[in-house]
Amino acid sequence: MAGDTTFHHGDPKVGAEPIVQMRDIEKHFGNIIALAGVSFDVVAGECHCLLGDNGAGKSTFIKTMSGVHKPTKGEIFLNGKPMAFSSPRDAMEAGIATVFQDLAMIPLMSVTRNFFMGREPTKGKWLTKRMDIDKANTATMDAMREMGIRLRSPDQAVGTLSGGERQTVAIARAVYFGAKVLILDEPTSALGVRQTSNVLATIDRVRKQGVGVVFITHNVRHALAVGDRFTVLNRGRTLGTAKRGDITGNELQDMMAGGQEMAALEGSLGGTV
Amino acid sequence: MADVSESVQDERVKQEGFATRLMKRPELGALAGVVAVTIFFLFTASDTMFTLSGVMNFMTPAAQLGILAIGAAMLMIGGEFDLSIGSMVAFSGLIFGAFVVTFGMPLVIAIPATFAIAAALGALNGTIVLRTGLPSFIVTLAFLFILRGASLVGLKIATGGSTQLRGVRDAVEGDFLTPIFSGDALTGLFAWLAKQGLIDRFSSGMPKVPGIPVEILWFVAFALVATYVLLRTPQGNWIFASGGDENAASNSGVPVRRVKISLFVLTACCATLVAIITVIDAGSTDARRGFMKEFEAIIAAVIGGCLLTGGYGSAIGAFFGAIIFGMVTIGLTYTTIDQDWFQVFLGAMLLAAVLFNNFIRKRVTGER
Repeated sequence: MAGDTTFHHGDPKVGAEPIVQMRDIEKHFGNIIALAGVSFDVVAGECHCLLGDNGAGKSTFIKTMSGVHKPTKGEIFLNGKPMAFSSPRDAMEAGIATVFQDLAMIPLMSVTRNFFMGREPTKGKWLTKRMDIDKANTATMDAMREMGIRLRSPDQAVGTLSGGERQTVAIARAVYFGAKVLILDEPTSALGVRQTSNVLATIDRVRKQGVGVVFITHNVRHALAVGDRFTVLNRGRTLGTAKRGDITGNELQDMMAGGQEMAALEGSLGGTV
Repeated sequence: MADVSESVQDERVKQEGFATRLMKRPELGALAGVVAVTIFFLFTASDTMFTLSGVMNFMTPAAQLGILAIGAAMLMIGGEFDLSIGSMVAFSGLIFGAFVVTFGMPLVIAIPATFAIAAALGALNGTIVLRTGLPSFIVTLAFLFILRGASLVGLKIATGGSTQLRGVRDAVEGDFLTPIFSGDALTGLFAWLAKQGLIDRFSSGMPKVPGIPVEILWFVAFALVATYVLLRTPQGNWIFASGGDENAASNSGVPVRRVKISLFVLTACCATLVAIITVIDAGSTDARRGFMKEFEAIIAAVIGGCLLTGGYGSAIGAFFGAIIFGMVTIGLTYTTIDQDWFQVFLGAMLLAAVLFNNFIRKRVTGER
């Protein structure tokens, strides 16, 4: 493999303990092997990009990390302790939040109502127990401002926001509710250029707040723009982890496509991908 | 924080005008409708329509429909329909009538028992819808016929062959709960107002309107409670979320099933309340009670700003929608216009409301 000289296998940040560490994870569905040995970790305050082509096993991997699937083999450590999530709720309570592509947002509802959906702050007791609208509005405005988005008002409907802004609301929501690890499932895949840069800037902000970000994408340029470390997933395996500056975009692209096939295509495509 | 004032004035966002903000309220259409209908009848109807007794005249049917419409509106916001409300009125009326007349139960037992049976049927409706994933439209359409038919059969059994069960008024006469569900409230206040000459009175000094019919108070109270629940409680947020996007809601931890089943129970209980009020009022119950009310309730809810697709609407809107209904049904009798125009008017109103709502929704969501 050409990447062997430049890839630093599982090289952790100096002095930083990973929040979540996954070792040799395998996941089989019947006779299909979706994950065949994946090692991955994320430390606080970094953006670890997981790159992979369609069908590489990214979705299965996310679902394993967020507690939807149980791994067939392998171990997951949370803050150094072995951990077995039995449901997404377990993972969420442990501080692992996932922002899926559908974002779990309702366009007709206001930003505040979406932000606190299912976790509404209340005040008062029993019959007078009601939603603390003021607190919810203030918290939403503050959280959104921290992410660099100025809302017209907290009761603006989510439908009026752009795709990038919606993504940011979803990220801000996860961070507000105490995410230590934030898994972003292809957050830039459906966005235009400007909105993509907004989301990348948001990822940067979240990272600076000390959250470990797992950025899943198949776009090498987006990954290079914001990532600290890069792991490539191909045919259910990780091919190693590289630090920023140790690898070029072309090398990552090659790894994602499985090396040889891409090299053969390179000539005819002339570097257009 | 020094930042706070900054958030208030951001040069990039235009201040929204009062009109734009008003446009975003779901009940605006219904409120405009009430104004339009009032103006129409001010010109066409005789003056007696807007006297106190005239107002009570159209508010009474508005209230009976409105209680159903608010329930229907909440269910619609939650993303489901209930076409069996009208039949439920007949069925609950039969159950209630049978309890008080045939079994001679006091109201304190008969009313909770009737509500319990209705709630169970509502829960059954909801459970079938949620378990099978079938559209609530078709499941509750089945119950429209089942309950209507069961009412007819049940009445024949209870009365020995008749389709009308009489004697309710005698049975509930003197029961301490009767005044809560029938007759007029605030009679003392009205007598006092008449004595002061503040409202119309007969030459004997008695007020022409003895009090407010209780159903109007139920209607107003229910509209206020429903609005409070929708806008100011977590449960209200769950209703909007369940109707807006079931998946997103349950992924965010909203108990969608529980919310929807509760709403089906609520509409069934609304139907039962209307049944009890109207059965005591009429003194009898029959199989045609509540006929077509399911459609009228849904129309009132839609006029009130509810979207057929769920996730948007208001209880106050349904409140105004029902008032429009009452004004038009009763108002036409005060005019020289042929009353049979009523249905034409109704259909036109529904169409206008749907077009208007569609437009508003696009404004709200900024759909492009």
